Amino acid sequence: MIPVLLLFIPLVAGILGFFIKEQKAASNWAIVASVVTLITAIVGIYAMPASMHQFEATWLPSIGANFSVALDGMSKMLVLLTAISMPLIFIATRNNNYSNPGVFYALMLLAQSGLIGVFISMDALLFYFFWELALIPVYFLSSIWGGEKRIAVTFKFFIYTFLGSLLMLVGILYVYMHTKDHSFAWSSFTNTDLLSGQETLPFFLFFIAFAIKMPIFPLHTWQPDAYEQAPTATTMVLSGVMVKMGLFAVIRWVLPLFPVATSTFAMPIVILSVVGMIYASLIAIKQDDIKRLIAYSSIAHIGLMAAAIFAGGTLGLQGVQVQMFNHGINVIGLWILANAIESTLGTRKLSELGGLATKAPTMAILFVVLAFANIALPLTNAFIGEFLLFNGLFQYNIWVAAAAGVSIILGAIYTLQMVQKVLFGEVSDVTANAAEINCYSKWVLIVIVIAVIALGVYPQPLIDLTKDSVNALLVIK
Amino acid sequence: MMFSGIFTTNKTIIKNIATVGVLVLLAANLMEMNNLFSFDINTHDLIVTQRYGLFFNCIAYGATFIYLLLSASDITEVGINVAEYFALIFFVLCGVAILSSFNGLLMLFIGVEILSIPLYILTGSDKRNLKSNEASLKYFLMGAFSTGVMLMGIALMYGATGNFGMVHGVGLRGVVTVSQQAPYLLVAGVLLLFASMSFKVSAAPFHFWTPDVYDGAPSVFTSFMSTIVKAAGMLAFIRVFENLYTVLGPTWHIIVDFAIVATLLIGNITAVFQQSVKRMLAYSSIAQAGFMLFALYASNTEIAKEGMLLYAAAYSLATISIFAVLIKLQDYTLDGFNGLAKKEPVLAFAATVSLLSLSGIPLTAGFFAKYYVLAGAMQAGGALWLIIVAVILAAVSVYYYFRVIQAMYFKEGDPQTLPITGGFKVALIAVAAFIVILGIWPSALLSWLYF
Repeated sequence: MIPVLLLFIPLVAGILGFFIKEQKAASNWAIVASVVTLITAIVGIYAMPASMHQFEATWLPSIGANFSVALDGMSKMLVLLTAISMPLIFIATRNNNYSNPGVFYALMLLAQSGLIGVFISMDALLFYFFWELALIPVYFLSSIWGGEKRIAVTFKFFIYTFLGSLLMLVGILYVYMHTKDHSFAWSSFTNTDLLSGQETLPFFLFFIAFAIKMPIFPLHTWQPDAYEQAPTATTMVLSGVMVKMGLFAVIRWVLPLFPVATSTFAMPIVILSVVGMIYASLIAIKQDDIKRLIAYSSIAHIGLMAAAIFAGGTLGLQGVQVQMFNHGINVIGLWILANAIESTLGTRKLSELGGLATKAPTMAILFVVLAFANIALPLTNAFIGEFLLFNGLFQYNIWVAAAAGVSIILGAIYTLQMVQKVLFGEVSDVTANAAEINCYSKWVLIVIVIAVIALGVYPQPLIDLTKDSVNALLVIK
Repeated sequence: MMFSGIFTTNKTIIKNIATVGVLVLLAANLMEMNNLFSFDINTHDLIVTQRYGLFFNCIAYGATFIYLLLSASDITEVGINVAEYFALIFFVLCGVAILSSFNGLLMLFIGVEILSIPLYILTGSDKRNLKSNEASLKYFLMGAFSTGVMLMGIALMYGATGNFGMVHGVGLRGVVTVSQQAPYLLVAGVLLLFASMSFKVSAAPFHFWTPDVYDGAPSVFTSFMSTIVKAAGMLAFIRVFENLYTVLGPTWHIIVDFAIVATLLIGNITAVFQQSVKRMLAYSSIAQAGFMLFALYASNTEIAKEGMLLYAAAYSLATISIFAVLIKLQDYTLDGFNGLAKKEPVLAFAATVSLLSLSGIPLTAGFFAKYYVLAGAMQAGGALWLIIVAVILAAVSVYYYFRVIQAMYFKEGDPQTLPITGGFKVALIAVAAFIVILGIWPSALLSWLYF
C-alpha cells in the first residue's frame, strides 16, 4: 500500500498542478505535495509493518505482467532520497521565476512519480514503463525552460536514452521468453535458468541501457550538455536522482539475472568506469562553466560507484548503497549553489566570478563544506561511501583501485579550483554587487550540510536500511 | 449513400447520413459477432466469417466512425460530389469486410479490387490540383499492374492445386495440402502473390507509389488510405500467408526478413529527411507497415494475432488523429507547425499524444502494439538480430516524430489554421484519451476478441 501511495501522491498532485497559473501558488503546491510524499515515505518506511511495503494487482494477465511494487532496503533508500530531494529542490528554487509555473511544477512532480515508480517496480514490464515515463517530463522540462541550445541537446539526450531503453526492451523480451512461468515478475526473471552462453546478449542489452543512463564512458556524451542546458531545478533531479536509476537498475536487474555474464565482463566494465572517472576529472579541471564542472564531477563519482558494483564484495556493494544516497544530496547541494549564483549574478563562468566570500559569507561556508563533501574529505558523508567503495575495488584489483585513487586527487584539484575561483581572490565586476544567498536556499543548504556531517560521522542508519539488499545480492553471487 | 446525393445537396445532411451509416454498420457487425441477429446468406463457402475477422471489422468500422467524426466536414470541402465521396468510402468498407472474411483466393482478388478502385477515384478527387490527378493516375496504373500480377499468381496457384484454397468452413488452409503435382507452379504463384500484396500494403521494395500517392491525394483521403485500407491490406496479407509459408520452406523466412528490414530501413531513413509533414507521415506509414509485417513473421501464435489487431487499432487511431490536425493547418511543412501549442493547445496536445503513440512511447497504445508484435516474433523463434534492427529503427522514428512535437511546443510561429469547431476539439480529446487508455490497458480491446 505504501509504495502505491508514494506513487500516486506526486502523480495526482502533478496532474492537478497543471491548472495552477500563478508562480507562488504553483510553487507552494509543489512544496506541499512533495512534503506530503516525504512524510508518507518516512512514516511508511519506518513506522509501518513490512506487509504494507508491497502491493500487487493484476494488470495484463494474458501476457503475465502485473502491477507489482515493493520496497526493499535499496528501494527504500532511493525512495527516501527522491522524497527528501524534491522538497529541498522546490524550496531552494522558490525564488526562480518560470513562465507557465503550473506546468513546470506539474512536470517536476510527474517526474518524481516516474522516478519512484522505477525504484519500486518488481515487474519487468512495469519497470520499463516507469523508466520511460520518468523521461518524458524531463524532456519537456528541459526543452521549454532550458538554456539556449536546449532543443537540440535535449533531443539528443532523449533519443540516446530511448535507444538504450528499446534495447533493454528486447532484452526483457528475451528473458521473458525464458521464464518458466511466462511472467514478467522479478522473481520469475531471477529464476530463469539461462545458460551462460545465453546470458551474454541480454546482459549487454540491459547494460547498454543503464550505461547510457549513468553514464559510463564512452556513452556519456549527452550528459554534460544536457545538464548544462536544463533548468537547474531539473538538473538537480537529473543528477541527484535520475542517475541513481541507472545504478539501481544494474543492481536490481542485471546482477541477479545474469551472474555469469556479470563476472565475465566485470573487468572491462570496471576499467571503462575508471577510465571514465579519470577522463571526466581531467576535463572538469579545464571547465569554466560551473554547471559543466559539476556535471563532469558527477560522471567521475558515478563511475566509481559503477566500478564498485562490478568489482563486487560486501564492502563495495554496501558502499554503493551508502554513496548513492550521499552523492544524491551532495550534488543537489552543489546544484543549489550553482543555481543561486546563476540567478543572482547572472553568470556561471568561473572566470567572471571571484571574491564572493567577502560578499556572501554564509554561502561561502556552505559552499566550502559541500566542496569538501565532493572531495570526500573525512567527516563528510562522501568519505564513508568512498572508503567503502575503494575497499571493494582494492580487494578486486589493486591497480584499478590505484588508478581510481588518482581521480580523487583530480577531484580535489577541480573542486578546490572552483572554490578558489568563486569564493576567494579578487572581487570581480560581476560579484561587486553580490548579496547574501537568499534565505530559502540558505536553509536548504544548512539542512544538507547538517546531513552531510551527520552521516559523515554516523552513517549507521543508512547502512542498516540497505543491509538486506546487500545480503540478498551476495546470496545470488 | 450514393443516392442521397440526388435528394439533397445539403452537405451537412449528407455528412450525417454517412456517419449514421457507419454506426449502423458497426452495430450490425457487433451483433453478428455476438450471434444476436444475422442474415444467413449462402455464400457457397466463399466467405467465412470468423470471430477474428469480425473483430477486425469492428476495429475498421470504429476507426472509420472516428475518422468521419473528425474529418467529415473536411471531406465535404474537397469538391462538389460530396455524396459520392462518402459512397466511395462505404464501397471501400465493403472491400474491407470481404478481405477480413474471404475464403479463397478468388474472393481475395475481388476484395482487393473493391478496396482499391474507389481509392483510385478518391485520390484524384481534387480535380483542380495537378498533384492529385498525377497521384491518381500513378496509383491506378501501378495498382492495375499489381492486380495483374496477383491474378497471374492466383492463376498459377490454381493451376498447381486445382482449387482456390477453399475448404469448407475453415478458411484458407487447404492450399498447402495439394501441392504435390506441380510445386514450381505453386511457388511461382506464391511469390507473385507476395509481390502484389506487398504492393498493396506498401512494403518495400514495392512501396514506391506510396509517398507520391499519399502526398498528392487530398489529405482527408490520405488519412483514410493510410490507416484503414492499409490495416485491411495487412490483415489480408497475413490471412493469405499464415499457412502458405510452408510452401516456400526456409526461404520464406529470408524473404520476410528482407521485406521487413528493407521496409523499416527505407521508411524510417527517408522520413528523417522530409520537410513536409504530410510526406513524412506517408513514409512513416511505410515504416509502420514494416512493424506490422512482424505479425506475419509469427502468424501462428496467438500473441501475434492480438498484436496485429492492437497495432491496427493503435496505428489507425493515432494516424487519423494526427491527420485530422494536419488537415486543419494550411501549411504542411514542419515550419507550419511552429508555435501550434500556443495558438491551439488542444490540437497540439492531441497531435502530441498521437505522435507519442506512433513512436511507441509507453503509456500510449502504440507501445503495446509494438510490444505485442515484437514479442510474437520472439516467441516464434525469430532471429534476435531482426528484432534489434527493428528496435534501432524505431529509435530513428522517434527522431522525426519528435521534430513535429518540437516545432509545436518549442518554436515560435503563427500557424494558420482553418476554422475549428468545439466539437472537433472534443472528438480529438476523446481519441487521445482512448489512445492513452489502450496504452495502460490493452486488454480493454483485446478481451473483446475472446468473450
